[in-house]
Amino acid sequence: MVEVLSKAQRETKAGVARLAMPLHLDSGAVLDEVEVAYRTYGRLNADGSNAILICHALTLDQYVADPSPVTGKPGWWSRAVGPGLTLDTDRWFVICSNVIGGCMGSTGPASINPRTGRPYGLSFPVITIADMVRAQALLVESLGISRLFAVVGGSMGGMQVLEWARSYPDRMFSAICLASAARHSAQNIALHEVGRQAIMADPDWRGGDYPSAGVRPEKGLAVARMAAHITYLSEAALQRKFGRELQRDGLSWGFDADFQVESYLRHQGASFVDRFDANAYLYITRAMDYFDLPAAHGGQLARAFQGAADMRFCVMSFTSDWLYPTAESRLIVRALNAVGARVSFVEVESDKGHDAFLLDEPVMYAALQGFLDSADEAMRA
Amino acid sequence: MTVSAAEARYDFDEILRLVRPGSRVLDVGCGAGDLLERLQREKRVDGRGVEIGPEDVAACLAKGLAVMQGDAERDLAEFSDSSFDYAILSQTLQAMRQPRTVLCELLRLADRAIVSFPNFGHWRVRMSLLTRGRMPVTRALPETWWQTSNLHLCTLRDFLELCDELGLRIEAASALVRGRPARAMDPMRPTENWRAEQALFLLSRPTATATSGPDQADLFA
Repeated sequence: MVEVLSKAQRETKAGVARLAMPLHLDSGAVLDEVEVAYRTYGRLNADGSNAILICHALTLDQYVADPSPVTGKPGWWSRAVGPGLTLDTDRWFVICSNVIGGCMGSTGPASINPRTGRPYGLSFPVITIADMVRAQALLVESLGISRLFAVVGGSMGGMQVLEWARSYPDRMFSAICLASAARHSAQNIALHEVGRQAIMADPDWRGGDYPSAGVRPEKGLAVARMAAHITYLSEAALQRKFGRELQRDGLSWGFDADFQVESYLRHQGASFVDRFDANAYLYITRAMDYFDLPAAHGGQLARAFQGAADMRFCVMSFTSDWLYPTAESRLIVRALNAVGARVSFVEVESDKGHDAFLLDEPVMYAALQGFLDSADEAMRA
Repeated sequence: MTVSAAEARYDFDEILRLVRPGSRVLDVGCGAGDLLERLQREKRVDGRGVEIGPEDVAACLAKGLAVMQGDAERDLAEFSDSSFDYAILSQTLQAMRQPRTVLCELLRLADRAIVSFPNFGHWRVRMSLLTRGRMPVTRALPETWWQTSNLHLCTLRDFLELCDELGLRIEAASALVRGRPARAMDPMRPTENWRAEQALFLLSRPTATATSGPDQADLFA
């Protein structure tokens, strides 16, 4: 039987780029033979001016618009990326790459260290958001693109967007930063630390060396995910979805998952361990915790964007996002205004919490569409 | 918004006339961006907007306008000194909690401000209060006292006094009466305080010059 591929599928390309040179990291370490796994959607036009880079969030990956081979679920932003959608792949050449430190094909702690022939484990150097972006910039260069039309991302993806604007303003025309922050707050760090401690408390973690023992710290990683998942939602969303509904008739008078919300969280934890590496979780959360753009510029965030005065920015926050609340986005907007960048900002009314940027939020998509269309017009002018 | 769409558009014609082509403009309380769109199209301005309503902001973004969601009484501090040639506040000053502070802010972030407001000294308002002894409900002030979002209504003379106190220069003034073309006025003439239903002012700081840009030293303060 002949498989009929949709146009989107035909134009989806996957690759793993081997970076031509060693990657010099913020920590001072040097990473050899770095690989960056990526997907592209749509076609690059003749002058290479229609490329959009999407930066993914903590536990997401390069499968932005086609099913993940691990879970079989649709791409994580397939409601926004595809033919005729907000990020229209008939118009734009969309790139999404797995961050370094990740576990979906890019070099990370589960990769084989070329010097030892064994998995890195905790010998993998600590990486930063800037390191991730450095690897992306080399990938974009290797694809023959000298200037991206836009760099787009939410949450940790938004941090990468800000880092792009700081490091490579001349290689991008516009930036979209959703539900993000220019630095991790004490609460952000605290929540991540809970997750890391859960992983490291699992006996199967074995000091990070679990691959050689042939085990995985599944319980610890699942707990980390359960705790984190709560932070991606809002109190209102949890209440609306679950309330105090029970799994079965009556209470168990024990510690089974009596409540639906417990069962839901356990499911979230259990399915997460099938697709994510525990050490990668440690490394990526650390990278986010270390992210502090203002500190890198004498406490003045505006200085980070000095080179970005000619760029166009779209910053969005969501009313019920308590992980990266609106005040964090406002700091970004203020700094961008201070350098005279063209910045739009909207706080979208939503009760869906931090994850709202991945969900059905018509106001967000309409605003994104308008922003992209006008930026496109301006770039051509 | 405190005025109907038809009145707003009427106000817009006069604003469009006053704004120099190609200038940098901030529209404070820009609504769904109708004025900004016209300014960009007809005057090729580099336009930005501030708007408090999220739906309106989203509508502006969908039109491709650069608009920030924000409260004019709190968030204008985000803009550095003299970052615009014009700051526009159309029919909103009287609805502010601190109109004096907002006016100062407009003339800090821009070299010139264009401000319009309903004149409480207009003869219809005076007659209404005199004859009926009740808060006036007129063409320019169509809402009852408990409906209106206007907190600080003023007369032309009140406004002139505030400008004088703040040391603001009046570069142009117009009287607006609905359904008629805007009329340039000398706001000092006592009769104008009776005649002008709405007033529109082009104000500047005495020190403002056309070429002044953001001071590097202040940029990151």
